[in-house]
Amino acid sequence: MRSLWRSGEPFVWLTGGALAVALLLVAGLVALILWNSLGFFWPKSVLRATLRDGAVVTGQVVEREPVPGKLGEYRIKLKVANRDLYGADFRWVDEREIVRRAEPPELAVIERTEWGVLIGTLGELRDGGRVVATGPGPSWTELTRRLPEAARIRREIRDIEKGEIGRINHAQEQIRLQLRRLALRGAGSDPEVTALERRLVAERERYRVQETRLAELRQRQTASVVVVADAGKEKDLPLAQVVRVYFPNAMGLLGKTGLYAARVWEFVADDPRESNTEGGVFPAIFGTVMMVMIMSLVVTPLGVLAAFYLREYARQGPFVSAVRIGVNNLAGVPSIVFGVFGVGFFIYGVGGSVDRLFFPEALPTPTFGTGGILWASLTLALLTVPVVIVATEEGLAAIPGGMREASLALSATKFETTVKVVLPAVMPSILTGLILAMARAAGEVAPLMITGVVKLAPALPVDGFWPFLHLDRKFMHLGFHIYDVGFQSPNVDAARPMVFATTLLLLAIVLLLNLTAISLRNRLRRKYATSAV
Amino acid sequence: MAGPIRISPSLSVAARAASVLEAPMVEIERVSLWYGAKQALRDISMTVAKHRITAYIGPSGCGKTTLLRCLNRMNDLVDGVRIEGQIRIGGTDIYDPKLDVTELRKRVGMVFQKSNPFPKSIFENVAYGPRILGVRSRADLTAIVERSLRRAALWDEVKDQLDDSGLGLSGGQQQRLCIARAIAVEPDVLLMDEPCSALDPIATGRIEELMVELKASYTIVIVTHNMQQAARVSDYTGFMLLGELIEVAATKELFTTPRDPRTEAYITGRFG
Repeated sequence: MRSLWRSGEPFVWLTGGALAVALLLVAGLVALILWNSLGFFWPKSVLRATLRDGAVVTGQVVEREPVPGKLGEYRIKLKVANRDLYGADFRWVDEREIVRRAEPPELAVIERTEWGVLIGTLGELRDGGRVVATGPGPSWTELTRRLPEAARIRREIRDIEKGEIGRINHAQEQIRLQLRRLALRGAGSDPEVTALERRLVAERERYRVQETRLAELRQRQTASVVVVADAGKEKDLPLAQVVRVYFPNAMGLLGKTGLYAARVWEFVADDPRESNTEGGVFPAIFGTVMMVMIMSLVVTPLGVLAAFYLREYARQGPFVSAVRIGVNNLAGVPSIVFGVFGVGFFIYGVGGSVDRLFFPEALPTPTFGTGGILWASLTLALLTVPVVIVATEEGLAAIPGGMREASLALSATKFETTVKVVLPAVMPSILTGLILAMARAAGEVAPLMITGVVKLAPALPVDGFWPFLHLDRKFMHLGFHIYDVGFQSPNVDAARPMVFATTLLLLAIVLLLNLTAISLRNRLRRKYATSAV
Repeated sequence: MAGPIRISPSLSVAARAASVLEAPMVEIERVSLWYGAKQALRDISMTVAKHRITAYIGPSGCGKTTLLRCLNRMNDLVDGVRIEGQIRIGGTDIYDPKLDVTELRKRVGMVFQKSNPFPKSIFENVAYGPRILGVRSRADLTAIVERSLRRAALWDEVKDQLDDSGLGLSGGQQQRLCIARAIAVEPDVLLMDEPCSALDPIATGRIEELMVELKASYTIVIVTHNMQQAARVSDYTGFMLLGELIEVAATKELFTTPRDPRTEAYITGRFG
C-alpha cells in the first residue's frame, strides 16, 4: 500500500481525474448551449393533433416528458404560437388524449413583425377589402407574387424613417442647440438667429415632404392575408407585417438548410423585434465588441504603466507589497460596486462637469451626464485593471536581470533600457493580461446595467452624423441581452432559445477576441523566442 | 585575517613592476567597498596594463566580480552600496560625481557570466549599443554589425540569419554575440565576468582564442574560476581572497613562483 502511494500512481490518477471533471463540466455546458441554441433556428415540422374530444391542436413539438405522477404516460409541449388568437404560445398535450397525428403540407409558419409567429393554413388573400384569391394554393401563388413588393415598401418606409427623417431630426436638434447656445450667450446677433430660424423652417418643410411620402407608401399597403388557425379562428394579417412564410412539412432537407442559414444570418445581422424576443441581435454584438475595444484601449496603458512603476521604479518594501496586495484584492470587489463607483464618479462627477462646461445648451437633458458606452467602458477598465497589472508584473519579474544589466552596461539609461529591452520582452505577458481582461469584461453585466446599457438602443454608437463616434450614447450588450430576454421579456418561454443563442454568440465573440490576442502573442513570442516559451 | 589598511609589501612591488613596464589603462587606488554593513573589498590597489589581459582568480565570494563591476560602476545599481578610494580609467576618475555614468560605460564594455542576448534579432543585438549612442544610418549600422561580428568570430556562422532571434543561437555563439555587442561601441576596456563558466570546452577554447586576438585593440579584464584559463590567456593575474588582493604579478610568475603562501596554497589546490 505504502509503496503504491510512493510510486505516485494514485496521484497521477487524482490529477487526471480533476482535469477530467473540469473538462466534463465545461463540455457539458457548451453542449447544452449548442444544443439549445442551434436547434432553435431549424424549421421544425408542424404537428396537427386531433384530440379525443374532437378538438384540433396545431403546433411544433418542443418538449416531451413523463406526466407527473402517472407511470408510462407522456405529454408533449406544443408551440402553438398565434399569441394574439390563443393568448399563449405553448400548450401541453397528454399523448393519451391524441387520437390522430398528421403533418399536412399546407400548414404555414408565418414570421411577422408583431405578436410572434403565426401558424395555420392560408385562407384567402384580400386587397382593400376585396378577395383576390381563395384557398391555400391560389392564396400562396398570389402571396408569393405580392410579398417582394410588400417587403420593398416596408424597407423603403424604414429607410425613410431611419435615414431621411433621422437626418432631418438631427439637423433640427443641432439648430435648436445652436439657437439655445446663442440665447445662453445673450449675444444672439439678429442676423445669425434669423438665418438659423430660416434653416429650421426649411427643415420642417423637408420633414413634411417625407411625411407625405410615408403616407403615400402606407396607403399602398392594402393587401392582407387571412390565416385560418385551430377552432376556426381567423387572422386577417396585413402583408406589411409579414416577414417570412414557409411550409415546414413540405420542405426537403435542402430547403430547411437554406432557411436555417437565412435565420441564423438574420439573428446575427438584424435588429431585434418584438421587445427583443425575435429578430436579430446585431446592435448588441456591435455594442459588446465596441465596449471591449474601448476598454482595452484604456486598460492596457493604465495597467502596464502602473505595473512598470511597481516593479521597475518603486523601492521594493512593505509599502509596495501592501499596494500589490491591495491591487490583487481589487479583483475581489463585487463588480456592481465598480458600477456604483462608475455612476457616482464618471457619470455624475466627470460627465456632469463635461455637460456644464461643453454642452450647456442641451441641459437639462444630459449629454455625458448619463450612462453611455464611454462610461461603461471606463468602469470595466477599472474593474479589469488589476488583471493587467498582475500579469504585467509577473512578466516583468520573469525577465532575467542580466538583460537589464546588459543594456545598462551598453551605456543605455534606465529609461532606454525600460523602453527598448524590457517593454518588448514583457509584451507577451501584457497580452496575456489583456486576454484575461477582455474575457472578464465581455461577460460582465451588473456594472453595465447602471452605467449605460439599455434594452433597446435607438442608434448604434457609430453612425454617419458628425462626429461619427458617439461615446455618449447608450448601447446594447449581449450579456445584458441574455438577462433581459431571459427574465424581463413579456414572453419568457418563447424567448428562451434566444437566450441560449445569445449566450453562444457571446462565447463565440469572446473566443474570437481571445484568439486574435493569442495569435498576436504567439507571433511576438516566436519573434523574440524568449525563455518564457 | 589582516586588517583593512594593511598592504602587503610584495603586492605593491608587483603592482609597481607592472605599471613601470607597461602603459597603465586602469588605476585602482585603495578601493574598499561595503554592501550595507558587509565589507566586500578591502583596500585594493593595482594597475591594469593597456592592451593586455588581466585576470582575477580566487575562490567564490572573494570579491573579484565586485571589483570588476566597480570598473564600470555596475555596483551603483545595488541598494546600500558604499565605496571608498579612487579608480581612474585613462586618467579620468570614474567616481567623480560630475562624471556621466553612461559616458563611462561607453568606454568600458562588459560581458557577463551568463550570456544575456536581448530578445531581439542578432542584428539588433549588435546594433543596440551604436543605436543608443545615436548611430541612425542603416549603412553605418550594417558596417558596425558586420565588423563587430567578424571580430567576435561569429560572422561566418550567422551572416545568413542576422534577422533571427539572438536567443536561438547555441550557448557559445550567444556569448560571442554578447562580446560582439560589447565591442560594437568601441570601448577602451572590456570587462569579462567568467565568460566561459557556462560553456563547454570547445566553446571555451574559441572564446579564449578570441580574447587573445582582441587584446590588440582592447584592454581586457577577466574574472575566472578556472586557473588554467587564467594561465592560458592572461598576461597578468591577480589573486584575491576574502575581499583582499593578495598578490598580482605577471601570470607566468604568479603561477610558477608565487610570493604569498596563500597564493601558493590556492594554485596548488590546497583550498578554494
